[in-house]
Amino acid sequence: MSTSWPLWEVFIRPRRGLSHTHVGSVHAPDAAFAVRNARDLYTRRNEGVSIWVVPSAQITASSPDERDEFFDPAADKVYRHPTFYELPEEVRHL
Amino acid sequence: MYGNDFGPSANEGEDVRPIDDAAAQVRFDALLADDERIEPRDWMPAGYRKTLIRQIAQHAHSEIIGMQPEGNWITRAPSLRRKAILLAKVQDEAGHGLYLYSAAETLGAERDELTEMLITGRQRYSSIFNYPAVTWADVGAIGWLVDGAAIVNQVPICRCSYGPYARAMIRICKEESFHQRQGFELLLTLSRGTDHQRTMLQDAVDRWWWPSLMMFGPPDDASPNTAQSMAWGIKRHTNDELRQRFVDMTVPQADVLGVSLPDPDLELVDDHWRHGPIDWDEFNAVLRGEGACNRQRIEHRTTAHTDGAWVRDAAAAYAEKHQRAAA
Repeated sequence: MSTSWPLWEVFIRPRRGLSHTHVGSVHAPDAAFAVRNARDLYTRRNEGVSIWVVPSAQITASSPDERDEFFDPAADKVYRHPTFYELPEEVRHL
Repeated sequence: MYGNDFGPSANEGEDVRPIDDAAAQVRFDALLADDERIEPRDWMPAGYRKTLIRQIAQHAHSEIIGMQPEGNWITRAPSLRRKAILLAKVQDEAGHGLYLYSAAETLGAERDELTEMLITGRQRYSSIFNYPAVTWADVGAIGWLVDGAAIVNQVPICRCSYGPYARAMIRICKEESFHQRQGFELLLTLSRGTDHQRTMLQDAVDRWWWPSLMMFGPPDDASPNTAQSMAWGIKRHTNDELRQRFVDMTVPQADVLGVSLPDPDLELVDDHWRHGPIDWDEFNAVLRGEGACNRQRIEHRTTAHTDGAWVRDAAAAYAEKHQRAAA
């Protein structure tokens, strides 16, 4: 019985001017096969002009159970948004 | 696929801070109450995980086995146009199976294990694919009725509480709508053809109508898991609701094709087409393995898997050799 092929994450640039976006994953024995499998699976309807594949095992992610505290520092800094600032109505182009 | 959240899940793994199950349950319930999505590494009740793996795997297997009834017709399609369409459709089914296997893998299932479970009969696929496609009109009837029923079933799953499953379903539903339309168009062409073609069309509809209604599963009063699945946001409507929706959509379409539906009890009551009793004995018999093609479908899948082993092994050996050379 064969050993199973590793998992790769697939990122696709839908068209020039846009960044690559994660679309899913494929199993493949190596990077070249992963790109071909990704093409067959995720671009059957011209969904992309460029493909990246990354071994899933190589991705480092933040931990799910500390998400609140991890992202907490940004939560109380509303002054980072332009809507925080009140300006007189007659002020234009600001 | 569809957003593995990388690393161990919150339910397991020593490097993850142990969390209190009761608190985690509260958070899980709150996410569901807010109609938020559950993602792969979130804590989830064991039953939720198990139900999802079973349902997604069964769904994936159905796509893979579903290639067979129509795949038989690729070499016999009556024109190059029909052949290209059918080939594209069957390729889509393969793709849909792969999206769904990936979604199941985000819950901790292994791809090889899922294939093994299908081949050994420990996991099921939709019983509709145990019926044979005996004429060319069946290819149209499968597109119109079987894919039509599948779409009605699948559209609400685009809002499933489990993120990866919902994302896979959105992609599948987008692609699936051509499947139903090509089937209807195929049948419409037959309906405008010779008497013989019209007879073939009616015969196919007669055979596929009831099995299509069975695709929605047992009636609500015989579907004990529905309530829990709905509470978990895995299921959004009951089997009977979805079946009714399908019947209401399909009856007027049959008029356009000029076919009758094989149900003498079908009548319009309060704006809904009420169908007659469904033969659940037949449904259960096919589930038990007594359908016309049960054995053939699994044998075919097993042969494809076994015959492909050397290709998988060769590709793995090639990758390993080049990795060694690079190291």
